[in-house]
Amino acid sequence: MEALIAIAIGSLTAAGIYLMLRLRTFPVIIGLTMLSYAVNVFIFAAGRLVPGLPAIISPDAAGYTDPLPQALVLTAIVISFGMTAVIVLMALGAWLEAGHDKVDMDDADQEASK
Amino acid sequence: MTLALIAALPFLGALLPGLLIRAGRNACAAVTGSVTLLALVLLAMQAPAVLRGEVVTTRIEWLPSLGLNANFMLDGLGLLFAGLILGIGLLIILYARFYLAKSDPMGVFYTYLMLFQGAMVGIVLSDNILLLLIFWELTSLSSFLLIGYWKHLPEGRQGARMALAVTGGGGLALIAGMLILGNIAGSYDLSVILTQKEAIQASDWYLPALILILLGCFAKSAQFPFHFWLPHAMAAPTPVSAYLHSATMVKAGIFLMARLWPVLAGTPEWFWIVTTAGLITMVLGAKIAFFKDDLKALLAFSTVSHLGLITMLLGMGTAKAATVAVFHIINHATFKAALFMSAGIVDHEAHTRDLKRLGGLRHLMPVTFTIAGIAALSMAGIPPFNGFLSKELMLEEAAHTALGPAWLLPVLATVGALFSVAYSFRFLSHAFLGPKRDDYPHMPHDPGFGLWAAPGFLALLVVLIGVMPMTTAAWLVDVAAGAVTGAPVEVEIKHWHGLYAPALWMSLAAVGGGLAMLGAFVALRAMWDATPRPEAKAIFDGIIEPLAALARAVTQALHNGSLTRAVAIGTVAITAAGLWAFAGGAYSAGTRAMLPLSPVAVIGWGLLMVAVAGVVLVHRNRLMSLILIGIIGLIISLGFAWLSAPDLALTQITVEVVTVVFMLLALNFLPKETPRESTAFRRGRDALIAIGAGAGIGGLAYAIMTRDFAFPSISAYHLAQSKPGAGGTNAVNTIIVDFRGYDTFGEIIVLGIAALLIYALVEALLKPGSANDRLLAMPVRADIAGDRHPLLMVMATRFLLPVAMMIGVFLYFRGHNLPGGGFVAGLVFAIATVMQYMASGLGWTEARQRIEYHALIAAGVLVAAAAGVGSWLFGSPFLSSSYTYVNLWPLEQFELATAAIFDLGVFLCVLGAVLLALNSLSRMARRAGETVSADPYSVDRPEGGK
Repeated sequence: MEALIAIAIGSLTAAGIYLMLRLRTFPVIIGLTMLSYAVNVFIFAAGRLVPGLPAIISPDAAGYTDPLPQALVLTAIVISFGMTAVIVLMALGAWLEAGHDKVDMDDADQEASK
Repeated sequence: MTLALIAALPFLGALLPGLLIRAGRNACAAVTGSVTLLALVLLAMQAPAVLRGEVVTTRIEWLPSLGLNANFMLDGLGLLFAGLILGIGLLIILYARFYLAKSDPMGVFYTYLMLFQGAMVGIVLSDNILLLLIFWELTSLSSFLLIGYWKHLPEGRQGARMALAVTGGGGLALIAGMLILGNIAGSYDLSVILTQKEAIQASDWYLPALILILLGCFAKSAQFPFHFWLPHAMAAPTPVSAYLHSATMVKAGIFLMARLWPVLAGTPEWFWIVTTAGLITMVLGAKIAFFKDDLKALLAFSTVSHLGLITMLLGMGTAKAATVAVFHIINHATFKAALFMSAGIVDHEAHTRDLKRLGGLRHLMPVTFTIAGIAALSMAGIPPFNGFLSKELMLEEAAHTALGPAWLLPVLATVGALFSVAYSFRFLSHAFLGPKRDDYPHMPHDPGFGLWAAPGFLALLVVLIGVMPMTTAAWLVDVAAGAVTGAPVEVEIKHWHGLYAPALWMSLAAVGGGLAMLGAFVALRAMWDATPRPEAKAIFDGIIEPLAALARAVTQALHNGSLTRAVAIGTVAITAAGLWAFAGGAYSAGTRAMLPLSPVAVIGWGLLMVAVAGVVLVHRNRLMSLILIGIIGLIISLGFAWLSAPDLALTQITVEVVTVVFMLLALNFLPKETPRESTAFRRGRDALIAIGAGAGIGGLAYAIMTRDFAFPSISAYHLAQSKPGAGGTNAVNTIIVDFRGYDTFGEIIVLGIAALLIYALVEALLKPGSANDRLLAMPVRADIAGDRHPLLMVMATRFLLPVAMMIGVFLYFRGHNLPGGGFVAGLVFAIATVMQYMASGLGWTEARQRIEYHALIAAGVLVAAAAGVGSWLFGSPFLSSSYTYVNLWPLEQFELATAAIFDLGVFLCVLGAVLLALNSLSRMARRAGETVSADPYSVDRPEGGK
């Protein structure tokens, strides 16, 4: 099972980075979202995989899952929503301001920024 | 505590000017001045103890494991410098009030000035050298702001940059030197270091430490070869020059040399380096000063020269010379600050500081002439003013010190004094004496009392110290010199040392020679102009420019404004670093037992892989890629549920809903298709980079998961303490709201800021401009929506609203013990509201929305903060939670934890942030022409309604 999870993390990362290397804003955002999934699952997996254990502390539990990565990932999920929302809005603003949704500066932009 | 308060007061005071400037310039100056005055009073209250020979200390542990503590101490040296900094600071605040023009932003000026003052006081009161270094860097930064205060002047900006580069660079050397020193002494506390003279001077590391520390001190105090930055810093407003470049900042280097004098001085290395540098600086600075036409440039080089004089005295390494150095620090601060302020008055009144355009001001500005005259005569070393006293003592010391041949040092010291007489008299005669002219750029006259009060007071001190040194200054010199030398000092300052004292004859030679030089000024000036000499600024620029060009070239190559390029370079670099590390280590397969494959999980995994591949293949169809993203998120949340993480599953699925809705709303405005732009080669290259990174991450994940923990995890502690310590059985939740509550507090603030940022971005886009025009021109595509508010959906969502909210409340309350909590509850509430937006329309929902989303965010942060601060009331640190069990009939026994209040803050903040973000998009939709019915929906309408 570990191998499958590792492959899933790797595929999400690869797909995310490939999309982040595209030239328009929307695929870049989708790519970033996928990279966030990959990172979250990666951190979660660092607590090792244990199915079927209780998440709640009780006297008769045989063992527990690692709560620390879970707590980290939980907040990371919420924060990544905030981050995604901000860049979506920035992409939207750029599209409305400039009339195109390219992520790279062209030569004219570079001249203007100097 | 008092010492820490004295150091903190200016920093606190820095907050006030910006607020008070609205109340007027007088109020602003008065309040700023009273903060400084308060600090001065607190200092004066400590003075009696220090004068008795005690050392006042305040010790606050900060990072004891690093040896970094907020330890302060006040001895004689600290008292002298803190008194100078605060006392002259007060005069400068008064002077600046009348000096700055109406167009200068005064609040900004006072804020910078107070920051600087706090940093300086911090330096001189620090007992811990790491703390001292922090304040040291702060003076470099705040003086950068002050020198560049007139941002519109290129000289100001260049001067500020140069000062920062030189003093900041010296600061780096100083950090290294101080760390070595601390290591030798075994402590970073000055009070310990100062007792370790033998150990330090015997160490192999003594010389490197000495050189590095002196580099820092020389750069700060403008000693040769770093003397060139100070004149360029004169582009600052005159109050800054008077404060930073005469009395305080440039004396920071001197202060540090005096502070470390007991452990560093007395060796041949110290003597040769410090005395030589001081001597060269003194003579060179004085010579250049004589030929400068700009009043402030003349004073700047004379400051360089006098700093050299003090450095030379410290370098001699004898207790007597160090005592003279301390005395001259006092004298120089008084007469030089007065001179700078006088020069500022001349500039202010005559609109020029050029000596070639001045002269005859004696008749027009008698008050200024008197002040400047007293101060300049003191600078020249003419009796009975205070500069004369310390110069006599200096010459006396020089006469008995051999630097190589016995005659060298006395002769050069006399030459320095001679130049000093020459430029002092030139300052006076070329500006004030001579006939009245009729071509001043502006007809000068004496300024109001406010402007000359500060230099006048200093001139009074010059006279008082000069006439009655034993009553006015000797006691201060005694304690300060005692602190420098580490032995009791009883100085005797006399006007007359007898006919057989060499100083008398050296002095007479200096005065005579100086006057002769002034007489021959025209001829000397022609010679000076004819000799080529190295231009420091050109050399400095010659070194800096290529470095800057190199930095620009590297930055441009890596980051030329192309996001894809930056991402590609970053990814390749990280992958390569990982590969390199992997190749360097010995890899062996993991030993942890693997989970067996479960059929359901394999099916889920297969779906995930199909969806991931699908996103890549169809990503140009944006709607489709968004749907696939939803599927991926769903499967991941199922995976969390299966792997015993119900909290994560709940959060992931709710966030997924909100994210997809948000992106759908945004997609509404964006093109629905991504054009195919990149070449096949480029796609192949990108795929290669992506697959490389993915393989690396996947391999790393696999390697981690197939091994046991290398170190015992701290999770065991959290699990064990969750119930007894935090009162909850859901360990994930107790970590979030209790163990790591501080992190969570930061995170909800970040989330709130993100939402406010979105709001602000939308505000900016909706302002008149190209974005707004495009929005208005966007075609309304009613045809796509069909029935915009389907009856069934409207009714279902209205019915579901209370149910969803109840579920949210339920999740919130059980969060501490069972899966749930504030994050999830907030998201569930948000989804319940978003359903209304989607089903019943923006207008209908907004009209029923009573609470501002901004207020929700603010309330969330405040509630969480209150939960944290509340624990102070019980004497516990910030955010420590406590809990109790409550029996409330007819309910079962339940527990109340303060963590629940914190979780309520989380809930409110998440709810507010999510809704504010979504609402911002809906505002754009309305601008784009989305029709809004604020009326009740048609089914609500009474019969016969419109």
